[in-house]
Amino acid sequence: MSEPHYTNTHLMAVTAAKLLLDEKSVFVGTGLPMIAAMFAQRTHAPNLLLIFEAGSIGPQVKTLPISVGDSRTGYRAISVSVMHDNMSFSQSGWTDYGFLGGAEIDMYGNLNTTYIGADWDNPKVRLPGSGGGNDVASLSQNFFIIIRQTKRNFVEKVTFITSPGYLTGPGAREAAGLPANGGPLNVITQYGVYGFQPDTKRMYLKSLHPGIDVSEINANSSFEIIIPEHYEMTPEPTVEDVALLRELDPNGMAIGK
Amino acid sequence: MKILQEGEGKLIGWHDPDEQRAWVQKKTRAMVDKRMSISDAVKKYVTDGDVIAMGGFGHIRISMAAIYEMVRQKVRNLTMMGKTGVHDIDVMIGGGIVSEVEVAYCFGHEMRGLSKCGRNAVESGKVKVVSEISNAGHQWRFLGGMMGVPFIPTRTMLGSDTLKKSSAKVVEDPWTKKPICLVPSANPDIAFIHVPRCDIYGNCQYDGYVVEDFEIARAARKLVITTEEIIDNEVIRETPWRTVIPGFFVDAVVEVKYGSHPCNMPGQYYFDEEVISEWLDMSKTDEGLKQWLDKYIYNVKDFDEYLEICGGKEKMEYLYKLEHYQAPLKAPWLDRKLNAGGKK
Repeated sequence: MSEPHYTNTHLMAVTAAKLLLDEKSVFVGTGLPMIAAMFAQRTHAPNLLLIFEAGSIGPQVKTLPISVGDSRTGYRAISVSVMHDNMSFSQSGWTDYGFLGGAEIDMYGNLNTTYIGADWDNPKVRLPGSGGGNDVASLSQNFFIIIRQTKRNFVEKVTFITSPGYLTGPGAREAAGLPANGGPLNVITQYGVYGFQPDTKRMYLKSLHPGIDVSEINANSSFEIIIPEHYEMTPEPTVEDVALLRELDPNGMAIGK
Repeated sequence: MKILQEGEGKLIGWHDPDEQRAWVQKKTRAMVDKRMSISDAVKKYVTDGDVIAMGGFGHIRISMAAIYEMVRQKVRNLTMMGKTGVHDIDVMIGGGIVSEVEVAYCFGHEMRGLSKCGRNAVESGKVKVVSEISNAGHQWRFLGGMMGVPFIPTRTMLGSDTLKKSSAKVVEDPWTKKPICLVPSANPDIAFIHVPRCDIYGNCQYDGYVVEDFEIARAARKLVITTEEIIDNEVIRETPWRTVIPGFFVDAVVEVKYGSHPCNMPGQYYFDEEVISEWLDMSKTDEGLKQWLDKYIYNVKDFDEYLEICGGKEKMEYLYKLEHYQAPLKAPWLDRKLNAGGKK
């Protein structure tokens, strides 16, 4: 069998991009979320409004920035504003989508990026913390998650809820005081795209990636991902899609070689 | 207001607003020449044990000149407000000047991955994380500090462990009756901010990418500005709408061309990924870290000599071109990652 013309990172990036609709606003994190938003803007969503936490608003980012605050984030922007502005207008509802990664995730889409180990005071692995992640998960109308899936990081219970998904299930976000109707919409991994059931807020298979056997979904998760009777098949990225990814990330920082 | 939840994190940098008013009343509003050397500014304004905040964004428009000098002078036991701490806090931790951190984002280098140096320090207990917070939470702590109120109400962090380990409290909002998060205001003891240009009185002009400097400058008790360039006061007065920090908030002004190197200075120079790579690599071990500190800080007399070691004029011209998309990115950390197979 010949090598496919794309890697699973390419597939994740293009699949993520397709979830972002035109004329919406998206608050993006470092790496693949940036690439997905840039790709969407260059294809089906030319009027996608990009928002970066350090202040950039509405840029047409040319090549992948190293940071959500570096000067690449302001390329052809409509404003280079301040964090107070971008966080405040997210809180008042102007940010349609957030886009986050994470180190651990559970069935409700809660994310850990703070630490791994027995306790917070004495971590085995110290991770960077919330950054803007909690703010994006709390304040965006809704958000997407892109994460590489293993049995080890798709966990029954995250070590630390750095950023809130649906917390303990239906109604929990609102009970905690978070803005109404928020929470994660989809999770994109190298195996498929997941959604959250409206009644249970639990993760289910929405779309299976090409070349993946459905048994791999739960073989690579420590909690049960619900497999409905009917699910979609994720389309393959085209040769042109991959070429565009390489143009947006010429050094391969997020998409590899 | 009914208190519903109290964060367990240590409260740092908070002052009763009346105490803060008394502090700022003692400071001068006079237009005086505030120029001094970075060495004198650190000696005069940094005290061991201070709560410190850095301007910019962790590795964008940060005052590296001040960081190197604090390490050189062996400042000790600072508590860092790690609001997007990246290369700044990494070198501060590696240099042994920080003992406690409030973390919004630290010990990571965004696209470059995690920082081994920062992680080692926390995992070994050398540096203590005393509280967690989010970036917006941190930003709003400074907003409260500049507004002279004890807290800012926000809807972020609710329901999370980030809030549980923060110094915030949750109360019942008297209007909606819903839970709302109150982040305590912050007035850091000292802040260093690197700006594109200012006059001798400390009136600072920006070219965007202000991030949260507007709030930090007004919240900080002592404020040292490092600047790429000193401009005439007439230039400030001709275009006063460009002033982000009026000089009366400022204690000292230090002119340091390329003062954010190896980090990004928007419009002027991009990251020097060669120097950052060397840091990431060498700071992984105690021995490597010691060699790095000797090479770039202890055995170097000033910032000009440091720039020469990093490649001097030729390197600075390359970084200008890189900033303007006219040169390719050279990033050894990335080459290593890709050659190792990288991610599938």
